Amino acid sequence: MSTKRIDARGLSCPQPVVLANRAIEEGHNSFEVIVDNEVSRENIFRLAKKRSLNVHFHEEGSDIVISIAR
Amino acid sequence: MLIHFVMDDKNLHIGGIPMSEFFASRKGIILAGGVIGILAPLLQYLGNPPNMGICVACMERDIAGAIGLHRADVVQYIRPEIIGFVLGAFLSSLIFREHKPRGGSAPLIRFFLGIFAMIGALVFLGCPWRALLRLSGGDGNAILGILGLTTGITIGVILLKNGYNLGRSYTQKTFSGWIFPALMLGLLLMLVYRVEFSAGGPIFFSVKGPGAMHAPLWMSTAAGILIGIIAQRSRFCTMGAIRDVVLIRDYHLISGVGALLIAAFGLNLILGQFHPGFEGQPIAHTNHVWNFSGMVLSGLAFVLAGGCPGRQLFLAGEGDMDAGIFALGMIIGAGIAHNFALASSPKGVAAFGPAAVITGLIFCLIIGLTMREKSIT
Repeated sequence: MSTKRIDARGLSCPQPVVLANRAIEEGHNSFEVIVDNEVSRENIFRLAKKRSLNVHFHEEGSDIVISIAR
Repeated sequence: MLIHFVMDDKNLHIGGIPMSEFFASRKGIILAGGVIGILAPLLQYLGNPPNMGICVACMERDIAGAIGLHRADVVQYIRPEIIGFVLGAFLSSLIFREHKPRGGSAPLIRFFLGIFAMIGALVFLGCPWRALLRLSGGDGNAILGILGLTTGITIGVILLKNGYNLGRSYTQKTFSGWIFPALMLGLLLMLVYRVEFSAGGPIFFSVKGPGAMHAPLWMSTAAGILIGIIAQRSRFCTMGAIRDVVLIRDYHLISGVGALLIAAFGLNLILGQFHPGFEGQPIAHTNHVWNFSGMVLSGLAFVLAGGCPGRQLFLAGEGDMDAGIFALGMIIGAGIAHNFALASSPKGVAAFGPAAVITGLIFCLIIGLTMREKSIT
């Protein structure tokens, strides 16, 4: 099964956080969020840390791929 | 709070945190709110209108008047603070490599959200920043405004949770991101040289009323640029502060709002600018229903557009053309609000203000319920 990947590129604040939060509430154990700006990365990191989830990121070209796991 | 600045071989460290991460930290947002909370009462002390050291909505309204979009002769001045916000954020985003021209997410809708956000703010008489500053100056009517703002934002959060989304923006050509800062630079030049395009104006400059009250030009500009830089780094946003508490119980941004309130309250006490009460407050009225309802409209419009008026200016400086459209909507909205008897005055609510607020609420609800993107994965 491939990891769920949420494409939040180009979505304005707070959409990336809303989508990530929904994935958490739906009970996904691990998923990725792809964003295209530093603000969205900071916001999703804050959300993940608040929910005590493991979170890290890597860059793919000009995009940022954030991995979140329980 | 004592903050230590230490330079090691690579990075400037502030309070033990590398600067690249400092402004994203709790301390960073508190510093940002604190700086705004200190500079606003200082600007008032230096000449800006009472409880209006900084007000993004009022100051955009004054700019609208200065260029003749409305003829309320007591509120016409090109406010350099607004110019500074955009240029500071522009410089900061260039320096920190965050300048990113982007746009194309429902611009016309954002334009109208800007118009209605301004109408709501001018029925209350202030943006969220001024609501906080009014409270810190003792104006009890601000409590109604802040309650209204929170209510509007809560309605917006419900819409967000139900899938409200204006769609994606896309990367634009480099020069796109320079247009809004260039516009601000043009306004600054017109202010400095006081250009008169025809006898008697435009440019219009108030000779009485709040529009005639202003701190020295260079101080206002410098304060604006400093705030622009710090706010761009820290992502300071008053609407986002309340929204994040309601939406995900996150208290990051609101700690900046708290810092603003406390700093402004303290400085107002020191400068003798704290006068508690409801009656006779400067540039304010006591109609509780419409103080509350005006800010419900503004709060809702801010959520739907993704930022408070200040944040929209900082985003516009970073190259966000959609935020620029929202800000232009606010300036046009100020023209409409004064030309069509929608904007309140210290005497009270204007004849058509309530009808405009209701119209705006209906518009925002329709947008919030119909602009949905069910499956973004």
